[in-house]
Amino acid sequence: MSDAADPHGPYETLRHQEETTIAGMWLFLASESLLFGGLFLVSLIYAHTRANGWAAGVRHTDLVIGGVNTVILITSSAIYTLAVEAARQDHKRRAVQAAMTAAALGLVFLLLKAFEWSKEFKEHLFPGTHFAITGADAGGAQLFYSFYFLATFLHAVHMIVGTGLIAWICLRAGKVNPGKSWNTSVEIVGLYWSFVDLVWMILFPVLYLVGRT
Amino acid sequence: MTETPASLFPERSYLWQDGTLRSWLLTTDHKRIALLYLVTITVFFATGSIGAALIRLQLIEPGGMILSDETYSRMFTMHGIVMVWLFLVPSIPVTFGNFLVPLMLGARDLAFPRLNLLSWYLFVASGLLVLYGLFRGGLETGWTFYTPLSTDYTQGRVLPVVAGVFLSGFSSIATGVNIIVSIHQLRAPGMTWYRMPLMLWALYATSVIFVLATPVLSITLLLLAFEHIFRVGVFDPALGGDPLLFQHLFWFYSHPAVYIMILPGMGVVSEIVSTFCHKPIFGYRFVAWSSISIAAIGFLVWGHHMFVAGTSLYAAIVFSMLSFLVSVPSAIKVFNWLGTMHGGSIRLDAPMLYAMGFIGLFTVGGLTGLFLASLASDVHLTQTYFVVAHFHYIMVGGMVSAYFGGLHYWWPKITGRMYPEMWGRIAAALIFFGFNLTFFPQFILGYEGMPRRYATYPEQFQVLNVLSSAGASILAVAYVLPLVYFTWSLFKGARAPGNPWAATGLEWQTSSPPPTENFARTPEVTSGPYDYATLDRLNRTAAEEAPHV
Repeated sequence: MSDAADPHGPYETLRHQEETTIAGMWLFLASESLLFGGLFLVSLIYAHTRANGWAAGVRHTDLVIGGVNTVILITSSAIYTLAVEAARQDHKRRAVQAAMTAAALGLVFLLLKAFEWSKEFKEHLFPGTHFAITGADAGGAQLFYSFYFLATFLHAVHMIVGTGLIAWICLRAGKVNPGKSWNTSVEIVGLYWSFVDLVWMILFPVLYLVGRT
Repeated sequence: MTETPASLFPERSYLWQDGTLRSWLLTTDHKRIALLYLVTITVFFATGSIGAALIRLQLIEPGGMILSDETYSRMFTMHGIVMVWLFLVPSIPVTFGNFLVPLMLGARDLAFPRLNLLSWYLFVASGLLVLYGLFRGGLETGWTFYTPLSTDYTQGRVLPVVAGVFLSGFSSIATGVNIIVSIHQLRAPGMTWYRMPLMLWALYATSVIFVLATPVLSITLLLLAFEHIFRVGVFDPALGGDPLLFQHLFWFYSHPAVYIMILPGMGVVSEIVSTFCHKPIFGYRFVAWSSISIAAIGFLVWGHHMFVAGTSLYAAIVFSMLSFLVSVPSAIKVFNWLGTMHGGSIRLDAPMLYAMGFIGLFTVGGLTGLFLASLASDVHLTQTYFVVAHFHYIMVGGMVSAYFGGLHYWWPKITGRMYPEMWGRIAAALIFFGFNLTFFPQFILGYEGMPRRYATYPEQFQVLNVLSSAGASILAVAYVLPLVYFTWSLFKGARAPGNPWAATGLEWQTSSPPPTENFARTPEVTSGPYDYATLDRLNRTAAEEAPHV
C-alpha cells in the first residue's frame, strides 16, 4: 500500500483521503436516517390514531418469514464485519469470502421478501378496491399496508444497492489501484450494510410485532 | 516531492487548460462545476421569471388580462416551483459555494470531486423532469403540493414534477455532504475554525440543513407519489389519510429550506461589507455562530405555516414563540454589518450597493415576518399578499440581491475580467428601485385583504396592482442588464488583477482566474480572516520594493 494520494486530488496523503471518505459516509447515513425517520414518524402517528386498524394489519403479516429474514440479515451483517476485520489485516481472500457470503445472505433475504410480497398480493392485502380486510378496521389496515409496502420496498431498494456495492468491492479486490485504498471501500460499504440492517431492526417490530397480540 | 509542471504555467487558468466540451462535461474541477451550475441556474431563473412576468401582466386588470383562471394557477405554481427548487435553493451554494469553498480553505478541490459532478447531473436531470411536467400542461397545486389538492383534485402533471423535485434533493444532499466534509477535513495549515471567512460558516450552516432536512422532503414526496400511483391513502382524507400530516412533513423540510434560501446570502454580504469597508467584521464570532443558530432554530418553527390549518392552539403558541427566536440571530447579523460599516471608509462599488440593498430589504422582510409569527395578526394576514410581499423581501430582496452582489464581487476572480463598474451600479440601483415598486404595494394590498393565488380581484385594488406590475417591468430590465454587460466583459472587459478589491481571504491570493490546482503551493494561514492591517503592510512593502512598476 503506497502512501501517495492522487496528485490532482484534494488530499496530501492516502490516510487523509481514507478518513475523509469515511466521514462522508457517516454524514450520508445521517441524511438517510432522516429519510427513514420521516417514514417512521408516519407509522408512529397512524399506529396511534388508527390503532385498531393498524393492529389488524399487523396481524396479517407473516411472522415466520419476517422472523427468518431478521435472523438472516443480522447474520449477514455479522459476517460482513469479519470481512472488514480481514481487510484491515490485509487478508484479501478471506475478506472477499466473507463479503460474498454476506451478499448471498442479502439475496436470500430479498428472495424471501419477494415471495412474501407475492403471497400478500394473492391474499389481496395490497390496498385497493378488493382489499381483504373489511369492516370497521378496513381503513386503518389499508393505511398499515400502504406503509408496509412502501417501507419494505424502500428497504429492499437499499438492500439491492448494498448487494451491488459488495459485488463491486469483490470485483475490485483483484485489481491493484494506486491512490485508492481497497480496505476503506470495504469499510464504507460495511457502514452502509449495517445501516440497512439497522433500518430493518426498526421495521421488523413495527411491521410484525407491535399490536400483534 | 518534485516540482510539478503545473507550477511552471500558473497563468494557464482552469478556464483554458483544456478547452474541449468533453473536458467540461466530465470535469471534476470544483471551479468548472460551479460554472456549469451558473449557466444552468441562469436558465432556470429566466424560466421562472417568465412565470412572474405573466402573473404581473394578468393582474394589471381586475378581471385579468391574458390568462384563464386555471392557467393563472399553473403559472404561479410554475413560477414558485422553478424559482424555489431550481434557482433559490441551489443558487449560492452550488455556484459560489462550489467555486469558493476550496479556495477559501486553501485546498485543491472539494472533498469528493466526482460526487460534485454527479450532483450537477442529478440537478440537470431533475430540472428536465420538472420542465417536462410544466410544459406538458403544468399543475395547479402551488409550489407546496398540498394534499388533497395534489392528489384528488388536480388535473395537472403532478408526478413528473414531484419526481424532479425529489431528484433535486439528492443533488442538494451531495452538495451539502461535500461542503461539510471539506470544511472539516481540507482546511489549510493554520486555518482554524475562527480564521475561516464568514461565508464558510454560512455555507456550513446551510449544508447542515441540506443534509438533515432534505431527506424528509424526499420521503414526503415519495409517499405522495406512492399515493398517486397506487391510489392508496397516506395523506388523502378520502382514503383515510391525514392531509395535515403532509403539511407537517412538508414544512419540516421547507421551513429550514427558507434558511437555505437566505443563509448563503448572509455569508456573501458579510464578505462584501468587510471588503468594501476595509474593516474586520464587527463581532466576528457572533456573526459566525448566528448562522449556526439560525440553522438550528430553523428546524423548530415549521408549525407557523399551519396556524390556521387547525393545529392545536398550544402548539401554535409554542411555534409562535420559537419563530420569534429566529429574529435574534438575524438581528445580530444586521447590527454587526451596520457596526462594521460604522466609521469605515465605505466604497460604493456595485457589490457594496447590492449588499446594502440586502441589509435594508432583509430588515423589512424580517420585521414583517414578526407580524406573521404573531398568532393574532397572522390570522388576518395569512393567505394574503402580505405574505407574498414578506417572503419576496427575504428571497428576492435578500437572496437574489446577495446573489447578484456575489456575482459582481467574484466575477473578476471567476472569469479574470472586470465588469463595467458604472453599469454595475446602475443595475444595482434599478434592481433596488424596481424591487420595492413591485413588492411594497403588495404589503398594503395584503393588509387591505387581497388574497393571494387568485386570477382576479376587486377594482379597489387596481392602482396598487398596476404599480406592482410597473415595478416588475423595471425589475425585468434590471435583471437583463447584468446578463448583457457580463457577457460583454468576457470579451472586452479589462483584465482583472489577482486582488482587485484589496480584499483579504485566500481566494484573492491566487491569480484571476485561478489555475486548475488553485494555488501554486498550499497556503499557510497565520492570522484571522479579515486582517487588513497585515494586507496593507504587505502591499506597502511590495510597492516600496518595486518603485518603477
